[in-house]
Amino acid sequence: MKITLTINGREYTRDIAENRTLLRFIREDLGLTGTKEGCGAGECGACTVIVNGKTMNSCLMLAAECSGAVIETIEGESESGELSKMQQAFHKHHAVQCGFCTPGMIMSVKALVKKNPKPTVHQIQEAIEGNFCRCTGYTQIIEAVQAGTDQRDEQEELRRV
Amino acid sequence: MFENVPDNGLKYVGKGVDRIDTVEKLTGKALYTCDWLVPGMLFGKIKTSPHARARIIKIDTSKAEKLPGVHAVITGNELDYRMGLYLVDKHILAKGVVRHFGEAVAAVSAESWEVAHHAIGLIDVEYEVLEAVLDPVEALKEDAPLVHPDLGKYDHVREAFTPVPGTNIANRMKYRKGDLEQGFREADFIIERRYTNPSVQHVPMETHVSIGQWSVGDKISIITSAQSPFTVRNLFAHSFKIPHENIRIQIPYVGGGFGGKAGIHLEPLACCLSRKSGGRPVKLQATREEEFSLLPCRSGLVYNIKTGVKKSGKIVAQQMTMYWDAGAYADYAVNVTRASGYSAAGPYEIPNAWVDALTIYTNKPFGTAYRGFGHVEFSWGIERHMDLIAKTIGMDSLKFRLLNAMKPGSTTLTGEVISENTGNVTRCMEAVAESINYGQLTGAEKAREKKTGRKIGKSVVALHKAPAMPSFTGTSVILRMNENGSVSATFSLTEIGAGTYTSVAQIIAETLKFPIEKVHVPIEIDTNHDPYDWQTVASKGLLLTGNAAILAAIDLIRKAYEIAGQVLRASQCDLDHDGEKVFLKHHPAKFVPFSKLAVGYAYPGGNGIGGPLIGVGRYCAQGLSNLDKETGQGNPALDWTYGAHGLIVEVDPKTGAYTIIKVASAFDVGRAINPAAVRGQAIGGMIQGLGTAMFEGYYYDRAGRLLNPSFTDNKIPTSLDIPEEVDAIVVETPQIDGPFGARGVGEHSMIAICGALGNAIEKAVGANLTHMPIRPQDIWKALQTGAKPDSPGISGDVVNFAEAPLCSTRRDSGKHKKR
Repeated sequence: MKITLTINGREYTRDIAENRTLLRFIREDLGLTGTKEGCGAGECGACTVIVNGKTMNSCLMLAAECSGAVIETIEGESESGELSKMQQAFHKHHAVQCGFCTPGMIMSVKALVKKNPKPTVHQIQEAIEGNFCRCTGYTQIIEAVQAGTDQRDEQEELRRV
Repeated sequence: MFENVPDNGLKYVGKGVDRIDTVEKLTGKALYTCDWLVPGMLFGKIKTSPHARARIIKIDTSKAEKLPGVHAVITGNELDYRMGLYLVDKHILAKGVVRHFGEAVAAVSAESWEVAHHAIGLIDVEYEVLEAVLDPVEALKEDAPLVHPDLGKYDHVREAFTPVPGTNIANRMKYRKGDLEQGFREADFIIERRYTNPSVQHVPMETHVSIGQWSVGDKISIITSAQSPFTVRNLFAHSFKIPHENIRIQIPYVGGGFGGKAGIHLEPLACCLSRKSGGRPVKLQATREEEFSLLPCRSGLVYNIKTGVKKSGKIVAQQMTMYWDAGAYADYAVNVTRASGYSAAGPYEIPNAWVDALTIYTNKPFGTAYRGFGHVEFSWGIERHMDLIAKTIGMDSLKFRLLNAMKPGSTTLTGEVISENTGNVTRCMEAVAESINYGQLTGAEKAREKKTGRKIGKSVVALHKAPAMPSFTGTSVILRMNENGSVSATFSLTEIGAGTYTSVAQIIAETLKFPIEKVHVPIEIDTNHDPYDWQTVASKGLLLTGNAAILAAIDLIRKAYEIAGQVLRASQCDLDHDGEKVFLKHHPAKFVPFSKLAVGYAYPGGNGIGGPLIGVGRYCAQGLSNLDKETGQGNPALDWTYGAHGLIVEVDPKTGAYTIIKVASAFDVGRAINPAAVRGQAIGGMIQGLGTAMFEGYYYDRAGRLLNPSFTDNKIPTSLDIPEEVDAIVVETPQIDGPFGARGVGEHSMIAICGALGNAIEKAVGANLTHMPIRPQDIWKALQTGAKPDSPGISGDVVNFAEAPLCSTRRDSGKHKKR
């Protein structure tokens, strides 16, 4: 079937199989491999993208459902050639280790901040609860989101005794 | 090396500089193996066993072969290669028998995932189901089914490991120190208890994935999400009898490893599928479900500890027996048994000790390396036991730990003497105790108890670990100068997320006296181009590769000076340099820029000298030895990293529900090369450890089928599971042979946190817990059955892992004899 949708401001029209997931459409048909698959079952959030303003697990959506949708993926975050403010904060606050959960995490945070420009720590935790990260223990991610929303300046220190 | 340079003399080392790999990761541009496409690539899929142990009667692949789009179908019948890191016991596809649920039985390659998936469903396998052995202690009985009847014929590393043919024992390790009987005779109390923990999964966010291509002339090309490129190459070469130089391993970005990607996994099967598909590359990627059962996990452990202690609190004897549930194949488990054996007492001095550690085959998914390499598992038992002893003799448990802690002059279980430079576990314990106000409740905490009706408990535990690796482990770094005077470094440690690449870049910049922006370290590895490293495991990377990086930088500068000395007509001893140029110390205006030396210096007349500048650094672990097979004595430890956790928990005494209020962790890292990265390791590992402590673990039915191979039933910690407050602390006792005094800390944060949680819960509500994970219902049950630590235990009770997570707290309890 034929679908037309907008991803990161660019319109795409493609013939797709009806059972094509949005995740595989983005990764394999369009080559936007920044969005990752961690489980294929909607549990880990590595495949999070923003569809019409809401975060979705793209592994659980069919591309066929997305005709006419406006979709945002990680590739749209630095199209100007510069890191976004939130990406900068993740960079400065060591909020990235292996990086596999990072694109989905950034998408969840982006959707949060759009709704709530000054989220509390608990609100940040709730917003990223569906994004598993096995490396960081989340703390430096939460600190980065605080920094990216102007609620923190300095890197939290390792205490040397 | 450079361990005594003061902090204020350093520009990059000791600073929380930005990681060199995060921009690519933040923009989605970092390519992981799962993102790679190779021209002509086919897609592979694996048929797995639904049984724990069965004879394969017949495999019918005819329907699958006829499916349009299928290129190859293979079964174990046509593959005659065995693989194994230390004990060569595993076929690429099951041959004749299956030994665990989820084992690979057949595989296909096809033009799409969909066709491959469909084809797998068309393969019919007829099994005769056999009685499985699922419990490591049961597996030792004389009439237990043998998982590997041919164990005696398997090749293995004889210097280090001792399989026992005719049994399910894949390896037996013995450690003997002092006079155990005499020690027990001197004891005022003897305290014995059994501890258990189940298998758990590493859960890298990127599942295992490999692209293999087997071309004409036995040329092998592999792109893979592995931790150790040269180990993949070496094992592949040995198993297939193909020369090393024919095999190329490329490792792009890796989405987490934690030990699960340390060895060789999907690579051989991807290549065998390629060979049968006319040499077309084949991509094999594990589903999350396969990650839990086809790929390896962490071994389960049953651990018996019997300790003799004086009234004064001094431990005089300890006998430890460890039953490691290796699952169906030995993989790293035999070495986990070895390494955890020599650490088995924790960072405490035991004058008279026996450790018997057994790696036991069972019909379950097999165990491998996992962050902490056995130490997370046994530290649960040791740290619970330390609290039990302290309680029994009526001493504060921190005071008891400090009294018995390793100090300069103490000897380890293998006879190594600890020195002033080894590290300071006492300081770690004191720092976390102070951070959590150990031993008292603050006013705010008392008010909180009153408000919530919950009880608050606090604990302090200690830990240690040394890398488990061959005594002669080596690595190398090549540093090439670019035309503009910058440098590019190559080495074959993989950046699996720990941040080691950034730390090595800092070490190179510091040694060269170059701005860090001029140090380039590509993340991707290629064995065709990059120099050797043994493996990315064991928290040894920073120390060994860091040293090699220092030596490469020194070598590069020496070579630059050779040419600069000629250009400047000066002796090398009169030269100095900065980030831009080599100059005369006493006439700094006379200089030659690195950019003019980088690829060969040209005199004004045109003739040249030098050639491209390349620095080479090689480093090999020094002073280590094999262990004596009868006594375990020797020196296996490159460095000991000590640490401690302090934990505050709040428990509902009615329901067992609990909240972790605070965790303070301290590690003696020698020197924090990148404090922000160290903090990331400290917190990340601590949370990963809390996952193990709170809820992770494998559940089997009685037939050995894994019941929870998914994130639905086997959760890992989310952002809502973290403690309310964390405090990451470092103590810095320089490691003499560490780069700028540093030692590794990648694994340590995960160790002993389970014991900290169990001990704090016991202090809060008195629940006697001997099995982890600790779920609220386990606390509730422990409180209902009233299994107090001083009630008589069922000594020798066998804990059945098939049932353990549900009932172990009821089955296990303590046994104490007062003399």
